[in-house]
Amino acid sequence: MDEIGLWLLLILAIGATYVWRGLGVVISGRINPEGEAFKVVSCIAYALLAGLISRMIVLPAGTLAETPVFDRVFSTIVGVGVFFLFKRNVLLGTFSGVAVFFVLSVMRAGS
Amino acid sequence: MHSKTYRTPGAASAGGVRDAFKVSAWVIFASMMGFGSLARVSGLTLGVSMVSSGAIWGLPGQIAFAELYATGAPVLAIVLAVSLANVRFLPMIVAMMPLFGEGVKNRAWHYVLAQLASVNTWAAAMRVCPHLPHELRAPYYVGFSIVCLLSGLAGTATGFVLAVELPPVVTLSLVFLNPVYFTIVFADVRHRSGVIALLIGAVGGPLFYQVSTDWGLLATGGIGGALAYFVDRILRRRHG
Repeated sequence: MDEIGLWLLLILAIGATYVWRGLGVVISGRINPEGEAFKVVSCIAYALLAGLISRMIVLPAGTLAETPVFDRVFSTIVGVGVFFLFKRNVLLGTFSGVAVFFVLSVMRAGS
Repeated sequence: MHSKTYRTPGAASAGGVRDAFKVSAWVIFASMMGFGSLARVSGLTLGVSMVSSGAIWGLPGQIAFAELYATGAPVLAIVLAVSLANVRFLPMIVAMMPLFGEGVKNRAWHYVLAQLASVNTWAAAMRVCPHLPHELRAPYYVGFSIVCLLSGLAGTATGFVLAVELPPVVTLSLVFLNPVYFTIVFADVRHRSGVIALLIGAVGGPLFYQVSTDWGLLATGGIGGALAYFVDRILRRRHG
């Protein structure tokens, strides 16, 4: 895909996201945001995102694929653990997970 | 905590700016830095990365965009996946817009306010705006959102540039920031249907990916999401 194609793809992606925002404005006040329809929508979004994220950890595409699966899984578990241990601090949890991954990668590169 | 009273729209905007710098701006900067690096190694340009951060303005969809682009998925699969990854904006906006209904009479502005919503800005609006007078809500929200948006753009550019300036192991770690960050965000989901959908999706994602790299993600969302919804329904009937 050339650069023009990439920009067109991006414009489609922006529009495909804005559809939900715009529709939200149109129907707000007329529909219950706690209703069944939204429950289905939210389940689809959660399943899709969890699928994407777990795939990035277990079966990554690109450069991450060169790292051992143990490093990726272990670092993620550490990050989540730190998040819960330190009053649900998102920054600290994320930083810890990335730091462990970084240290493991450096050690492997050195050995 | 938010008992502060703002007297003018300007003061409310300034309050929003200050509040954004407390936590949200930093979380957004860090997560968008991860995206910037991912975008670079996925073959996106700096311009495309920045515009995707500013205009898609929803990290899950942006990550789906970069990942599926890198694996060479067809256009329709990419656009649908980005859209579904960001479908949460629909219920979020529906819940948020009534906050601004009386303060912002011109409905055209509602479509602009909707574009500014992200998980962080939405949460701030839902938490703070109900305690503010109607005419000060949009100024507060806009002040808060603009800081978040600028911080996201700065983070994207930083991650994009750092991805080649630094040793490969640092780039790798910045790319890895994306899944770690979202695993943590998901670990905090409490409601039952969400937890079930996350678990089914986490198992289904890698499985469906092996069946089809192009359409596996959409299948995970559609099949996994529907399954999660029905499992939750059955549990609701039994246990309420």
